[in-house]
Amino acid sequence: MKDVTRLAAVAAVIALMAAAIRVQAERERRYPSEVSESDALYLTSGPLVSRLSIAYAPLAADVYWIRALQYYGGTKRKLAAEPAVLTPPPALAADPAGQYPLLYPLLDLTTTLDPRFNVAYRFGSVFLAEPYPNGPGRPDLAVMLLEKGLLNRPDKWEYMQDIGFVHYWYRQDYRAAATWFEKASRVGGAPWWLASLAATTLAQGGDRRSSRQMWTAIHESAEVDWLKRDAERRLLQLRALDEIDALQTQLSDFLKRTGQLAATWPALVRGRVVPGVMVDPTGTPYELTQDGAVELSRRSPLWPLPVEPQAARVRSAP
Amino acid sequence: MSATAAIALNVFRESVRDRVLYNLVLFAILLIGASYLIGQLTAGQDVKIIKDLGLSATSIFGLFIAVFIGIGLVSKEVDRRSVYSLLAKPIHRYQMIAGKYVGLTLTLIVNLSIMAAALYAVLAYMSWGVPPDVQKAWDAPALDPAMAKALALTLVELMIVTAIALFFSTFSTPMLSAAFTVGLFVVGHFSSDLRNFEQVVDSPASAALARALYWVLPNLAQFDVRSQVVHAQPVLLGYMLWTMTYAAIYIAALLVAAMIIFSRRDFK
Repeated sequence: MKDVTRLAAVAAVIALMAAAIRVQAERERRYPSEVSESDALYLTSGPLVSRLSIAYAPLAADVYWIRALQYYGGTKRKLAAEPAVLTPPPALAADPAGQYPLLYPLLDLTTTLDPRFNVAYRFGSVFLAEPYPNGPGRPDLAVMLLEKGLLNRPDKWEYMQDIGFVHYWYRQDYRAAATWFEKASRVGGAPWWLASLAATTLAQGGDRRSSRQMWTAIHESAEVDWLKRDAERRLLQLRALDEIDALQTQLSDFLKRTGQLAATWPALVRGRVVPGVMVDPTGTPYELTQDGAVELSRRSPLWPLPVEPQAARVRSAP
Repeated sequence: MSATAAIALNVFRESVRDRVLYNLVLFAILLIGASYLIGQLTAGQDVKIIKDLGLSATSIFGLFIAVFIGIGLVSKEVDRRSVYSLLAKPIHRYQMIAGKYVGLTLTLIVNLSIMAAALYAVLAYMSWGVPPDVQKAWDAPALDPAMAKALALTLVELMIVTAIALFFSTFSTPMLSAAFTVGLFVVGHFSSDLRNFEQVVDSPASAALARALYWVLPNLAQFDVRSQVVHAQPVLLGYMLWTMTYAAIYIAALLVAAMIIFSRRDFK
């Protein structure tokens, strides 16, 4: 074929491809395709997927891990974009995992394919335990995942610490939390502060000070950036809770002194209660409700604030 | 130069001429592309995943080369009738089999060496500038020399696969040889199930047959230490030596069998 003919043929191919793309774009504009938002997990058996992946199970674990992250992040973002469902609908309240039905199966597959996938256990347990809408609110599954990790690596004090954390923060079961912190402290190589964390948890479990101590410990021991950043955010949330309590006291004093409900910042500034609009640790102004309560703004990166563990409510031993 | 070495060199040259080494470009693109994308998708597990991906891709690419070139090593010569002119020269048939095997092994060694270098280069790039406290959280350092153990055992595993492909190539068609070789590769990774067959069947005869198959079929699972290496689990030198010795004996058995079959073939 001559050079000119060849060039003409190449140009024709490019032109035809461009035309096909243009036609497709026009068709999509006129008749938009329906976007399927349904997630599906066709294979749920870890041993089966392990067999199918032959010698490449760790690579398959990576794929499922990326899928779990995308699934969790995607679902969380979708829920955050729908303010109407920020509190679970009645049907969902009975089954909070209903919005994240694939999260545990994906994490289970990941850790079956690669039983030493440290981060899958540690992040996965946080994802599972987070209450709705930030997670399915399944601390039981979080503990189950971490216990599976301990079966494979009985020397991982981090998993024991994480189980203690799930009991502490999400179940408010301080005795169980203290037991796990104490168990973790006995593992070789565990940091010294785990023993004192166990004692504090048992003595003062649930108060904000011990919560702060626990998040500081997690922040210091976090191996990965994400966990560190999450602990930083939790510490800022605790600071916001302190500030809201202090502001609430000032507002109550103002009400007692003047008999007026202050529902706006200018009114409080005029009454010399606050020097200006009060902002949370991220710089987002706090909001005042009509009945005189101080709240964190929904626009704040710290929203929603955690439901604080009830102080000194010790449940049954594990 | 001996006849075996001349044939081996020719097989290597032919594979280069057949653009087999183009797979290296694909490997490099895969790794570089993945290193760019994975960092944004994996919540800090990019180094682990690049190691998994690199080590698995090395094995998969090597498997394709071993199977699809191995199955044609002899049958292609027969189909093209070039075997007549080859055997008319003062060379023995066993030399031809040995030369073909060494040639393809040489191709695999060159391929795997370049892929290993590319993997280390990508990992060096990814770990560049990462703070030491973040690196401390990794199971194993990015440029872990222990990865060489996984790569070495992958090469040995591929050498067995090459020997299997060459063995089938001496008496079967390329299509069937490919099916048999891939089948044995898959079975070789599950052969340990055969060992414990008595736990799932009641018949002692079936269990004994399964046990016999376990010993006869290639046990390829023992060459897969990729997961251990990525998680910094020890791979002992003694283990490496035993598995390599097993491979050497198994390869020798397959090559001798291939030589016997090939020497008895009638090309009239």
